Amino acid sequence: MINANELPFWVEVLVASLLLLSSLFALSGAVGLIRLKDFFQRMHPPALASTLGAWCVALASILYFSMLKQTPVLHAWLIPVLLAITVPVTTLLLARAALFRKRMAGDQVPEEISSGRDRGN
Amino acid sequence: MKRLFPAPLLSFSLWLLWLVLNLSLSPGNLLLGALLGFIAPLLMAPLRPLPVRIRRPGTIVRLILRVGVDVLVSNLQVARAVWTAKRRPPRSRFVHIPLDLRDAHGLAALSMITTVVPGTIWSELALDRSVLLLHVFDLGDEAQFIEHFKHTYERPLMEIFE
Repeated sequence: MINANELPFWVEVLVASLLLLSSLFALSGAVGLIRLKDFFQRMHPPALASTLGAWCVALASILYFSMLKQTPVLHAWLIPVLLAITVPVTTLLLARAALFRKRMAGDQVPEEISSGRDRGN
Repeated sequence: MKRLFPAPLLSFSLWLLWLVLNLSLSPGNLLLGALLGFIAPLLMAPLRPLPVRIRRPGTIVRLILRVGVDVLVSNLQVARAVWTAKRRPPRSRFVHIPLDLRDAHGLAALSMITTVVPGTIWSELALDRSVLLLHVFDLGDEAQFIEHFKHTYERPLMEIFE
């Protein structure tokens, strides 16, 4: 365990850039949510925050606390792993619900493929 | 042994997860983690999970690295497309992908991969698992995309799970 202001300069720079990068990606995701027009298009940008955004924060946390405690502190990598396992559940549900609603409303979306006969080979 | 630990891999992963979460190798935590690994599969047994068989650790590592790189690239593409959306709207569309992968665990892994990569959204799977409907954020050549998808994700998953 060392004092926070005894950290080497390169560690501070690296941690700060990782955090900035992560916030940049989270911001891009939010901006995409506002600027894009179509529902399915808008489903893509939030993934920026839950992938590279979360990865950068986890990496910054691992780096900072490992240097601070002078021993590997690795449990932050579990966050991206658990996110990767849980996020698909909500994304799939949203996509399925949106498809269903748009089909009911007669919007321009592909036909139901659940019969599996139309294009399967 | 088989009765006590119906899913040894799951038990071991949970035990490891517990130790990493607590950042400690003390006897108490070793025991608690082992208890978790012992109880969780027993609680899950009434759900009758399909037995899973995983092979080729080399392919798994290569697939994970490949997905990592693709996530990076896709992140940058989607982020750029968001900021330039006014000038150049992204060419979003649905793609039908014929699937050869049938294993439920393999398909679950495939759905995780498509969701983690920001440029693609898993939208619908045919009941007989022969076709996948995917929404792609910015699609250039459809045939090339399908070829890339099948080659980089589906084939390794078939090797691992089937």
